[in-house]
Amino acid sequence: MTVPTSKDSASSATSDRRVRLRPDVIGVLVIAAAAIAGYLLFPNNLALLTRITAIALLVLSLDLVTGYCGVATLGHAALFGAGAYGAGIVAVHFGMTDPFAMLGFGIIAGALAGLVSGVVVLRAHGLPQLVLSIAIVHLAHEVANKASGWTGGSDGLAGITPDAVFGLYQFDLWGRTAYVFGIVLLILVFVVLRQIVRSPFGMLCRGIRQDPLRVQALGASVNGTLVKMYVISGAVAGAGGALNAISTQVVGLDSLSFTLSAEALVMLVLGGTGSLYGALIGTLTFMWFEDVVSAANPFHWLTIVGALLIAVVLFAPKGLYGTIAAWFAGRKRRSA
Amino acid sequence: MSAVFEVRNLKRSFGGLAVTNDVSISMAPGDRVALIGPNGAGKTTFVNLVTGNLKPSAGQVLLGGEDVTGLNSTQRVRRGLVRSFQVTRLFPEMTPEEHVALAILQREGRSGRMFGSHRAMADVGEETAAILSTLGLSSLADNRVREIAYGQQRLLELALALALKPKVLLLDEPAAGVPQSDTGLIEKALADLPADLAVLMIEHDMDLVFRFARRVIVLAAGEIIFDGLPSDATRDTRVRQAYLGSYADARSLA
Ligand SMILES: Nc1ncnc2c1ncn2[C@@H]1O[C@H](COP(=O)(O)OP(=O)(O)O)[C@@H](O)[C@H]1O
Ligand SMILES: [Mg+2]
Repeated sequence: MTVPTSKDSASSATSDRRVRLRPDVIGVLVIAAAAIAGYLLFPNNLALLTRITAIALLVLSLDLVTGYCGVATLGHAALFGAGAYGAGIVAVHFGMTDPFAMLGFGIIAGALAGLVSGVVVLRAHGLPQLVLSIAIVHLAHEVANKASGWTGGSDGLAGITPDAVFGLYQFDLWGRTAYVFGIVLLILVFVVLRQIVRSPFGMLCRGIRQDPLRVQALGASVNGTLVKMYVISGAVAGAGGALNAISTQVVGLDSLSFTLSAEALVMLVLGGTGSLYGALIGTLTFMWFEDVVSAANPFHWLTIVGALLIAVVLFAPKGLYGTIAAWFAGRKRRSA
Repeated sequence: MSAVFEVRNLKRSFGGLAVTNDVSISMAPGDRVALIGPNGAGKTTFVNLVTGNLKPSAGQVLLGGEDVTGLNSTQRVRRGLVRSFQVTRLFPEMTPEEHVALAILQREGRSGRMFGSHRAMADVGEETAAILSTLGLSSLADNRVREIAYGQQRLLELALALALKPKVLLLDEPAAGVPQSDTGLIEKALADLPADLAVLMIEHDMDLVFRFARRVIVLAAGEIIFDGLPSDATRDTRVRQAYLGSYADARSLA
């Protein structure tokens, strides 16, 4: 093997960039196509589809710290709730009802919540880490409950009336504007996250999950890197929370709950950790399943979801997307 | 005396057993030192104390005259103190190419970049290819580490250390587990190291030690019992006793 000249490697780098951009374009097209199909097939269910989009942002955010970095957390809804309350509070108490301003404040609130929970959660490892994360979401829930002057407490924060997007598109009763707003947001986040997970920083994060001691021996700071990822994750979850506040025009304590945290983790495991597609597929499958099964059998739907989850964990431990991707990769290798 | 690396009266015990007992070593740029000693002598513990992976109960570690005893392992690596592990520590799901690229990016302070794949960085690709080729890993560059042979993982462990361009390099049995046919690659890589780099190598293969080192330190039961020329080490009675008829003896009989 000869060492490539700089000309060789430069040209292979550009062609490589082209090859690697293609999955991103495909990913964007798939999300857009699914969104359009959803719009056409379920025009009366756009509120649910928007809720799925908001939760997808939460699950993507969870995937960043759990799937890519290996941090165990059952408190991720704290970041989502921070975004929801951030967006809701600036609208209700400060009169900033521009949807982009609300989104911006939601993202900032989420990032700050990410910074705080990151610094706390990363002080421990394994089970203690999990317990800390649970403590955080319970604390956040309690703070929001007590500060009812700001948050509306258990009644929820109502009276959120976002302005029209660009002054043109009102948030209508059918939820069309909210849906398009949400899908565009999801696609933008997806494109940014694809960049991040493939960047040197993303590679460092994967390294930390696989062997933190080796990362330190390379001279990289494990906790510094993880806190950064937590902040990014908080921004993404905050965007999801803000979307939820803008689209439903109310923020409830359930957006800061342990239940939502746990459900997000279930969705991630269902779809497959450590892949953005896994997070999206897990969210879609779980929430669609929840909607269909709970309508058909409101008493036993949780049992059925439980059975589905057990089946996935036992027979497809890499999750739905991970299993399919591994199957295709194996086939490609065999045929090559 | 311009020591690039110095250890003063380092001590550590596990459950009452002194595993490192008052060890002092000084190395100058360009030194090639072999640290030998029977199994359990405390060689790996010594490396862990020096790198900051373990805390000493007493003593100091100095790099370029600066006391780094209070710094953590990451900060010491950034000051040029790099180690390899006796039992490989690699990322099982990542490729050799990704490993080496990450080491290069880290060395250059670019590992925090959040946009653009390292594959689009021509200079990184070029250096990565060169390092992998030095250690005969080019054909495996894109395989996942958990799919490649242990001997080649050992070579990658060394590749990472080289990619970091250290000032002081501590190698913990780099040839252990590498097939005889490939130890030549290690020797070649060691021979090509920058002349001003200080290297301390723990190694059991005495042939390798004698070709590599200009100075041998022998550790037994946590204490330095010999520090001098390789040729004198085999004649030293304490060294012979410590080994009780293993390599040192065999070597002198040969
Ligand atoms: N973390 C630890 N806890 C307790 N004992 C240890 C630990 N690490 C090493 N030891 C003991 O210290 C001694 C030296 O070990 P080590 O430094 O690995 O030796 P070497 O590398 O020379 O073979 C051994 O007796 C080993 O059992
Ligand atoms: Mg050892």
